[in-house]
Amino acid sequence: MNEAVHAPMAGPGPRRQRGPGDVVSTFFYRRRRLYLWLLLAPPLLWFGVVFIGALLALVWQSTYTFNDFTMQVTPDLTFANYRALLADTNLDIVIRTVAMAIAVTIACGFIGFPIAYYMARYTRGAARGLFYVGVMLPMWASYIVKAYAWTMILSKGGLLYWVVDRIGLRSALDGLLTLPVIGGSSLSTSNLGRFLVFTYAWLPFMILPMNAAIERVPANLLQASADLGARPSQTFRAVLLPLAFPGVVAGSIFTFSLTLGDYIIPQLVGPPGLVIGTMVNLQQGSVGNLPMAAAFTAVPIVIISIYLWIARRLGAFDAL
Amino acid sequence: MSIAVELRDVSRYFGDVRAVDRVSLAIEDGEFFSMLGPSGSGKTTCLRLIGGFELPTDGRIFLHGEDASDRPPYERDVNTVFQDYALFPHLSVLDNVAYGLRMKGIGYATRRREATAALEQVALGGLGDRHPGQLSGGQRQRVALARALVNRPRVLLLDEPLGALDLKLREQMQVELKGLQRRLGITFIYVTHDQGEALSMSDRVAVFNHGRVEQVDRPRELYTRPRTTFVAGFVGTANVLTGEVAARILSTAGAIGAVARAVSIRPEQVTFGAPGPGQLGVSGQVVDVQFHGPTSRFEINAAGVRLVVTIANRGAGSDAGSDTGRPRLGDIVELAWSPEAMIELRSSEEADPGAGASAGAGTPGAGPAATAGAAPGAPIDTATDPRDATRGGGNDPAPSGPRQSTGRRPLPIDEPS
Repeated sequence: MNEAVHAPMAGPGPRRQRGPGDVVSTFFYRRRRLYLWLLLAPPLLWFGVVFIGALLALVWQSTYTFNDFTMQVTPDLTFANYRALLADTNLDIVIRTVAMAIAVTIACGFIGFPIAYYMARYTRGAARGLFYVGVMLPMWASYIVKAYAWTMILSKGGLLYWVVDRIGLRSALDGLLTLPVIGGSSLSTSNLGRFLVFTYAWLPFMILPMNAAIERVPANLLQASADLGARPSQTFRAVLLPLAFPGVVAGSIFTFSLTLGDYIIPQLVGPPGLVIGTMVNLQQGSVGNLPMAAAFTAVPIVIISIYLWIARRLGAFDAL
Repeated sequence: MSIAVELRDVSRYFGDVRAVDRVSLAIEDGEFFSMLGPSGSGKTTCLRLIGGFELPTDGRIFLHGEDASDRPPYERDVNTVFQDYALFPHLSVLDNVAYGLRMKGIGYATRRREATAALEQVALGGLGDRHPGQLSGGQRQRVALARALVNRPRVLLLDEPLGALDLKLREQMQVELKGLQRRLGITFIYVTHDQGEALSMSDRVAVFNHGRVEQVDRPRELYTRPRTTFVAGFVGTANVLTGEVAARILSTAGAIGAVARAVSIRPEQVTFGAPGPGQLGVSGQVVDVQFHGPTSRFEINAAGVRLVVTIANRGAGSDAGSDTGRPRLGDIVELAWSPEAMIELRSSEEADPGAGASAGAGTPGAGPAATAGAAPGAPIDTATDPRDATRGGGNDPAPSGPRQSTGRRPLPIDEPS
């Protein structure tokens, strides 16, 4: 046996017995298209029926009629729900939510980019693994627990106030909280506090896609840019940012849409008053006005679509 | 002529690895200067030091007389053509070429005009609106060239710019690059591992080995007067005889008082037949014959040492197609050469003791041929692929290649008449 193995050119090597598995493999090897369709069928069904189908059903329902007296939904098609969206109180909710989403997205972008850049360009091996774990670790903990933890951190007498007291910036913080829009009686009931919690919660969703995009930018392009006389800031604007832009867009879609749709954090942190998420929750839960809830849900979809269209026009996906 | 680029005792260490080890070079203004060597020999690091992508661990770098050792790339008046071109994928070809001008704040109309002119200079006039991804390798190479030249640098650095092109295109681009350099009068510093490329284009060549410069010379001198065993072997193919074996062969071949530590004999300087008056000769057995088109290459086992002989094949109409009158495999032949064909070498300081041999590179376009033909301890080595050269020590068993010496005994050497 040994000799047969070691002697080169000693006839054909030992063959494997053909079992039923081989028959199946061979069958599919010769029918690539069938194989592909079999692989794709379950995810396509899921995506088509559960995802797109549900979305269409939702948009369809948003045109149903809700009777305020009987609290009944009837399938009489109407645009009254969308008209209602433009009423002052509802428009307030939309604007408040979108403004928060924009602020959170911008903050995540500014905080996330340096981290993503450092991870992609300067870490190797174990250090990079540590960064990945560090970025994703908060996502492993329960979201509700984290939100509650933040209410403690931000409340009067909480951790943040204690730190601010210690470094003697209490008056500055109080001054900040007297400002309109972002202020409030304490951090935990101000828009500023809600903004902090949102930024904390969605930061990983911004860092990871940006990190992937920056990793894909070849180092020699940055060197070529420097070689052609570009200072680092110019290289950043003219080469790195445009090439990493798809990642920035992907990350901002995450942070933006997550903020638009969230209804837990706004209930726990920040001033009273509804946002889109809590409004949807209220409409379909307490009120039972499913069509109005559906109309509110359509708002983020429309906004994200417009955002993607603008990003495309700006050339965000040219380098893909 | 003034000095464009000067390196004074420049070293660059990566941890314990001395990528560039105390290199001093002075490159003249308007010169076509090549840095030749196997991969890992430090030539590319040296180029990157000049470009500013690496900073020297030790030593100073001067650009046109000014100390530029610590300057970043964007403050150096040099431009680079990168090995894989490094074109910006999100910009059109024209915007790629105009990039350097844009960074200098030159207006839209001017930089567009200049970039268009630069593209025409490299014969890509109509392709400005395309994106780099839509171009062929050769076209990308030209765009990279135009992108560097549009800045009118005084020194252009080229990092194996033709490495990714096929042979025909490479030969064509060699001619164009040389013509361009002559026309523009810019200093070209050209990194390559292809000795044929370096010899054919350069005014001077620096041969790198293990982070050090072994020889700087004009191509003809480099080929005809190599100073070290490494240079002799890397630039062209050479029969390098060293130490004891050299003494043995040379004494039997009739060189009186041959005490050189190493000598090089070019394969084309050796002829078949009995040595004439004043010539030296040995006899041996043909152990390999390769047809290379314009030449044929014979490997002769003489006294346990492999000698390479190349003979020109005459053109059509003569006996180019036939082997009539040529030695065949297994034949016992006499070899002859003139004493002037022997060049005395110093051994490369960093050559492995014991290997006692240098690597040899094939004639341009010869393709991979015999490797590491010498028996262990026998210091004649004719590795062909320059990339293998650092590893091509005499004791490496050749993984493949036309070796047929197994079982053949070395033949006694004829006493010269």
